[in-house]
Order: sequence, then C-alpha cells, then structure tokens
Amino acid sequence: MSLISIRNLEVHHGLLQAVRDVSFDLAKGDVLALVGANGAGKTTLLRSIAGAHLPASGRILLGDDDLTAVPSHKRIAMGIALVPEGRRLFSQMTVEENLLLGKTAGRQGDWTIDRIFDAFPNLVPRRHAKTGHLSGGEQQATAIGRALMSNPDILLLDEVSLGLSPLVVDRVYAQLQSLLTSGTTIVLVEQDLGRAMAVANRVICMLEGRIVLDEPTRGVTRDQITEAYFGLHRTNTERTAS
Amino acid sequence: MIDTLIQGILLGGYYAVIACGLSFMFSVMRIINLAHGSLAVGSGYGLWLLASRFGIPPFAGLLIVLPVMAGVGWLLQRYLLERSARGGALLPILTTFGLAIVIDNLLFEQFGADTRSLAPFIGSLSYDSWELPGGIYVGKLAILMMATAIALLGGLQFFLSRFALGRAIRATAEDPDTAGLVGIDARKVNALAAAIAMVTVGIAGAFLGMRATFDPYSGGPQLLFAFEAAVIGGAGSLWGTLIGGVVLGLAQSLGAQLHPQGFLIGGHIAFLLALFARLFLTGVAIVGRAGIGKIRLPLGSKT
Repeated sequence: MSLISIRNLEVHHGLLQAVRDVSFDLAKGDVLALVGANGAGKTTLLRSIAGAHLPASGRILLGDDDLTAVPSHKRIAMGIALVPEGRRLFSQMTVEENLLLGKTAGRQGDWTIDRIFDAFPNLVPRRHAKTGHLSGGEQQATAIGRALMSNPDILLLDEVSLGLSPLVVDRVYAQLQSLLTSGTTIVLVEQDLGRAMAVANRVICMLEGRIVLDEPTRGVTRDQITEAYFGLHRTNTERTAS
Repeated sequence: MIDTLIQGILLGGYYAVIACGLSFMFSVMRIINLAHGSLAVGSGYGLWLLASRFGIPPFAGLLIVLPVMAGVGWLLQRYLLERSARGGALLPILTTFGLAIVIDNLLFEQFGADTRSLAPFIGSLSYDSWELPGGIYVGKLAILMMATAIALLGGLQFFLSRFALGRAIRATAEDPDTAGLVGIDARKVNALAAAIAMVTVGIAGAFLGMRATFDPYSGGPQLLFAFEAAVIGGAGSLWGTLIGGVVLGLAQSLGAQLHPQGFLIGGHIAFLLALFARLFLTGVAIVGRAGIGKIRLPLGSKT
C-alpha cells in the first residue's frame, strides 16, 4: 500500500516545463534520495508535492485523497511538510516563534518545542534570537524543526546542506539520523551523492524534468547514478532529438 | 506654554488612533489605504444615523458599527484589494483612491452637505474637563482618546507578538509563500488583518464625530493627519505611530500658538522635517543597515 502516489506529473514555470511526466509511489517509512543536476526539476517536484506550485497536469494522491488542486496550507494539515531550499525562515521572528508557526496546521503528534530543542541542542541558547541573526547550521536546524512541529507523515527536505560547511552538514545529518529511522517517510534532495546513498533506501535521478533512474539504493552503483545524472546512457540520436 | 504642550500631547492621542489602522494595514499588507479617512467618516455617519434616527447613543452604537466595519474590511480585502494587489504595487493605491471618491460621494448623496456631529448624543463629554493643579484644564474626551490610543496600539502589539494568529499575520507579512508552507492560509489572514484595521478605523470615526464636526468630504484631511502621524512615527511601527501622533499634535498646537493660521502649517512642517531627516539619515548614517537589508531580501526570496 503506497502512502503517496505521483502520477504523470507535469509542472511548468511559465513557458519552461520543469517536471515532465513524473510518476512514482512511496510507502510508509521510505527514505527517497532525489538527485540530479541543477535545473533537473527536483525543487519544483518537491514544491508541487508540498502544494507551493500547482501542476499543469497529472495527479498527486495521498492514500485515497486526490491532492492535486489542494493548496499548500491544507496539505501540511494532511501530513506533508516541506523544508524549503534556502530555509526560508521568517527572519524577523525568533527561533521559538518560527517553531510555533510550524504548529499552525494543528496535527496531533509527538513533536513539541522541547523535543525539537532536544533533537537540535545547538538551538537551545538561540531560542529567543531572531532567525535572521543565526548561523547557517542553526537556521537549517530551525527550518527542519519548524517542519517537524507539524508532525508530518511525509517530510520533504530540499538541499539541507546547501551553503553549509562540511562540518555543519555532518552535524545536521547526525541530528537527522533518529528521524531517518523513525518511520517518517522522507524525500531528500541532496547534491552529495555519497551522503544521499548512505541514508536513503531508494534513489531517483532526474534529468531535464524526467526520471531517468529509479532503483533501490542497495542494487545501484555510483557509476550507474553518475551515468544517469549526466545523461550518458542516452544514444547520440536521442540527444540531438531532445 | 505647559498648557499648550499638554493639549498638544492629548491631541496626539486622536491622531494616533486614526493613524493606527493606516500603519497596521501598511505593515501587514503593504497597502497604503487612501480610503482610510473616508471609511472613518463613513463609520461616523453610521454612528450618527444610529443616534439620531434610532436613539442609540454612540458608545452603544459602536457595538453595531465596529462589527460592520470588520465585515467591510474583510470584504474589501477579499474582493477589491487582493485582486488589485495582483496587478502590482501601484494598483491598490489607485483602487483605494477611487474607493475614497466613491465613498465621499455616496455619503454626500445620502446625507447631503450638512455638517454633523456626535457631540449632542454623548451628554457633556465633548466639552467636559478636569482641572489640573495650576489652572490647566484637560478635556475628558481628550484623555479618553489618549487612553484608547495607548490601549489600541498596545493591544495590537501584544496580539501580534503573543498570539498564534498574530504570529500568522506577521509571518504572512514577511513571506506569504512560505507562510502557506507552514499551514497559514495567507488569504484568510490578510482578510482578517484588514478587518482588524477597519475596526480601528471605526473607533477613529467615532472620535472624529465626538470631538468635532464632519461632513461627507471630511475624509481627506483625516487621511492626511493619519498619514503624517504614521510617517513621522516610522510607517509600520505601532509604538512609533503613537509617538508620531504626539509629535504631530504638539507641532500643530505650537504652530497655533505662534500664529492664528499656524495650526496646520505646524503639523506639515513637522511632517516634512521628519521626512527629510529620515531621507538624510538613511542617505548618510544608516547606509550600512539599509544596504544589508536590501541585499538580504532578494537572497532570502530566491535561494
């Protein structure tokens, strides 16, 4: 039984077709790594699953509910939370206020402010600081915490390591570790292939808006992904045709 | 001299009340509502109608007029401002300008050119006063307006910082797209914010009618005073609005002291001085801060 199904999804940015005919299913507890070059459509795909970007055609199903036309503020109440690329915190508000905003949807669950501070101890001394004054790692922790406060069934993480030093990325992933094994379904966009493959049980590679590889992490090699990532598997005729 | 200062400060209470809604709407929805004064006059007419036609005293009439104003705010945002805001930053200003003309002329058509006042319906409140030591008299209504201004601005500030809905309003003001992602219905929150702003406009209209007279075209000057107070205090800052109102009231009182015609001119001079001081300071002293703000904003919205 799949938790969420994406069916033939097409998403446009004005005239640009960012996501083309994408279909996949996720079961509860899946950790999916979404990889691909810049402009492959990963962020657009995540944003349309979260409802921030409505698709031109295709369907998004959550269990038996059709989410396709549901706006973002209702999707989070249905259990889909996005940690947006670039964190997008409310910079004039404090860490605590940002976390409290995550509770707006009012879903029941285990996550409370105190548990977030337990999971991200680096935030404790910054509780009443405006998020505009935080370091990148602290901002990322706040953004993840804000999404967790909604007690999501599906957590979409868009480039959590973007703009952070390797040391800080290690810390963010260490903090995510318990989450990755807790049964929450996660879709992870990550540029670092090694890191993505270490935490995910399935990998989807996108190229120019399409899925070019969809495999369990265990059965796929780095070379196969690299090939799909750069589109090396396609024949020359195909390449000139597109 | 002390008398002039006290009267000026108290007059500032009234200006703070009328500027409150204008400043709130600008800070939350980024809309400069040029129909602000006309809507306040409309609320004044509503109270006058209830009092003269149905014998409902203005303070009780507020219980009817304020919910109506909240409804007006909701509908305005939902059906007029939200749509015009999609057309860019200039369109809402033009829309509210047009709305002001429509409201003024509808009021003229309905009520004629006679000046009205709520003063006859509130007993002696409009001219009653307390005597302070030193032979200074302060109007009871002026004290009431100052107390209302402090309560209104303080209450709004408290609401914005301590309540979930207040946080949602601030979050929507900063980034409506991300507000949606955390579960906030930005359209609903904006309509609610407009309703709150219109409630303060309703209160301002009541005070306008109680302290003086009004006619269908009184909206313009009220808008001007509200605008001057909001700008002097720093548009969008609620406590700043109170300070702005007091500065405007003081400047007008001192201006009137200097010359019989100086009342309005004093206020305008204070407004222009505050405006040029801010331009001058942001051009020289606060260049770093403004610069960082400008760089950070586009980064925050794109990455």
